[in-house]
Amino acid sequence: MAVKVLIPTPLRPHAGGKAAAEFSAKTVAEALHGLTTEYAELKKHLFTNEGKLRSFVNVYVNGEDIRYLAQENTPTKDGDIINIIPSIAGGSYTSTQSTPGETLSNEEILRYSRHLIMPEVGMDGQLKLKKAKVLLIGTGGLGAPLGLYLAAAGVGKLGLVDFDVVDFTNLQRQVTFGTSDVGKPKSEAARARLSNLNPDIEVEAFETKLTSENALELFKDFDIIVDGTDNFPTRYLVNDACVLLGKPNVYGSIFRFEGQITIFGMPQGPCYRCLYPEPPPPGLVPSCAEGGVLGVLPGIVGSVQAMETIKLILGSGRNLTGRLLLFDALEMEFREFKLRKNPNCPICGEHRTIDKLIDYYEFCGVRGEEAPAPDLKVPEITPKELKARQDRGDELFVLDVREPHEYQICNLKGHLIPLGELPRRVHELDSSVEIVAHCRSGKRSAEAVDFLRKAGFRKVLNLKGGILAWSDEVDASIPKY
Amino acid sequence: MMSSTDKLRIAPELVETIRQHGVATYPHECCGALLGRDSSSEAEPSLPREIMDLFPLVNRRDDSPHNRFSVTPRDVIDADRAAEERGLEVVGWYHSHPDHPARPSEYDREHAWPWYSYIIVSVRQRVSDEMTSWRLKEDRSGYTQEVLEIHEKAPTHP
Repeated sequence: MAVKVLIPTPLRPHAGGKAAAEFSAKTVAEALHGLTTEYAELKKHLFTNEGKLRSFVNVYVNGEDIRYLAQENTPTKDGDIINIIPSIAGGSYTSTQSTPGETLSNEEILRYSRHLIMPEVGMDGQLKLKKAKVLLIGTGGLGAPLGLYLAAAGVGKLGLVDFDVVDFTNLQRQVTFGTSDVGKPKSEAARARLSNLNPDIEVEAFETKLTSENALELFKDFDIIVDGTDNFPTRYLVNDACVLLGKPNVYGSIFRFEGQITIFGMPQGPCYRCLYPEPPPPGLVPSCAEGGVLGVLPGIVGSVQAMETIKLILGSGRNLTGRLLLFDALEMEFREFKLRKNPNCPICGEHRTIDKLIDYYEFCGVRGEEAPAPDLKVPEITPKELKARQDRGDELFVLDVREPHEYQICNLKGHLIPLGELPRRVHELDSSVEIVAHCRSGKRSAEAVDFLRKAGFRKVLNLKGGILAWSDEVDASIPKY
Repeated sequence: MMSSTDKLRIAPELVETIRQHGVATYPHECCGALLGRDSSSEAEPSLPREIMDLFPLVNRRDDSPHNRFSVTPRDVIDADRAAEERGLEVVGWYHSHPDHPARPSEYDREHAWPWYSYIIVSVRQRVSDEMTSWRLKEDRSGYTQEVLEIHEKAPTHP
C-alpha cells in the first residue's frame, strides 16, 4: 500500500532535496513514522519532544485535514496523498519578555484560576491586582488577615510597616505569626509568612515607626494604604498623609466586641478628621492590652478591609466610601452609618488649613507611645520585701484592686475590692493594719493607695510592679497575663 | 547547506511595500509571504536567496493581533499557488513588530520552520524602523541573522 507524502519546501533540504516520498502505511502515523525513519532530521521539525505533531504542522489526506478525521490514526490506502502544509505563526513578545505585570505566567494562571474563571475578575482583573501596590500600616490583629488575603489574591506588591516584636500575647489573634516567631520583628515574620503563601508577589518589610518625617516618603510609592494600627496619633497621621497625597485609606478598627470599617481619603469622600475632628482624651480608650479583644474580631474586620481593598483595585461593586460599617459581634449585627465629607474639614474640606504633617502626639495630648501612668508618688514595697515580711510573720493585709475575672487567672490570696468599687467599700478595710495594695502591674494599685491616703489611711503601701513583678521576682508559678 | 552569513536580496520597492504594510496595520502585526528564488545548492552554497515579489496576507490572529500573527494552511496554499503562477516559490515570510524591536521572539522560535527567511520590520508609533531577516538554526535553538541586501538596478545606498 504505497502512500505518497508530499514534502513542503522548508523540509526538502532534510529529505535529500526530494519533494515527495512513498511509504507502505495503513495510517497517517505509519506514513510519518516511515518518513522520519528515513530522514531523521525531519523528526524535530515535525514532532515535539513528547512525540506529538507540532501545532504548526498540518497534515492532509487527499485534501482533508486529519484533525477532522482520526488525527494520526486516520487510515490510508494505496494511492492516497498525504500533504504536509506549514502554518506560519509568530509574534513580538511572550510573557518572559514583556514588562512584569502585563501578563500572567502559566503558574500564576493556575494559582489564581478561581479568580480567572469569574467573569467579574478574569485576566484583566488579575492583572490589575498584579500591578497594585498596597501598604499595610500595622501587622497585628488587623494586619494579619489583611496581609494573608491580599497576598493570596495576588496583589503584586505589599509593604508592611511595623516596628514591634512578636509577643506571646499576640498569638491569640495575630494569625500570621507562629509560636516560633515570638521575639522576631513583626514586619519580618509577616514578610516571611506572606512570601511563603505567595512567592510570586513582592513583599517589603519596613521595620520602622511611622512618623511625620517618613510617612509621605513611604506612602508615595503605593496606590492604597490600609490602616491597621492601634493608636490615635497614628490614625491621624495616616489619614493626613493619605489626604495630602490623594491616596485611599482603607480604615478598620476594633474594640472588644465591636468593629468599624470604612474608606477614607477618596476624592469626594470624607476623611478621618471629618468623623473625629478631635482625638479622645488620652487614656480614655483602652488598648487591646488594657481592654482586651476577642481574637477572631480583628480577623473579621481585617478581612472586610482586605475585601474592600481588592474591590478598589478591581473597580467593582460598591465600596465603603462614605459609609461607616459597624459590626457588633455579640449581636452578630452589621449596621451602617452615612459619613459625609465635612466641608469645613481642615484637611480635606474646601478651605484646607493643614497642608503638612504635624506632631500627632501633641495633637492627641500624649507624650510617648501610650498614655503615661499618673506619676503618683506613693509609698511602695517590692515583691521581695513583701515576701520577706510575710515570712517573718508581719501582720499585713493584702488588698487586690483588680477585677474578679483577673482574680480567677491568678491571685496572691488578697482581699478583692476592684478599684472602681473602693470608694464605697472602704469600710471593709481596717486602717490600724498595714495594707499592701496590688493590681496587675502596679498602676491601679498606686491610685488605690493614693485614694486611701487621702481618705486618712496612714499605713498603706503599693506593691511595685504588681502581680507581674511578683511572678518575676518571687514566685514564677504565678502565671503572667 | 547554509553558510554562516546568508544573504537575502530584495529590491527597495519590495522593502517599501513591507514597511507600508506594517504601518497600515499598526498597532497590529502584519504578515505576508516572500516569493522568490533560492539558487543556492550543495555546489554553490553562497549564492544569495532573492525576493522577487510579495504576497501580502491578512493576519488571522484577531484575538491578539498586537503581538501575534498567524498564517493558516489555506493562506500557505494560496501563497504557493501565487508563487507558482509567477514562476517563483515561497522562500519565506514577513511580519511586523509594533513598538517592539525587529528581533525574533521566543514565540517566533517555537513556531518557526527551517529554511524559510523570516523578515521582521519594527514599527514604532506608526513609523517603520529597522528591518532584519532571520533563519532558524538547524537544532531549533535560535536564529542566525541574514544580511539584507537591498539591491536595485542602479546602485544607491540601502
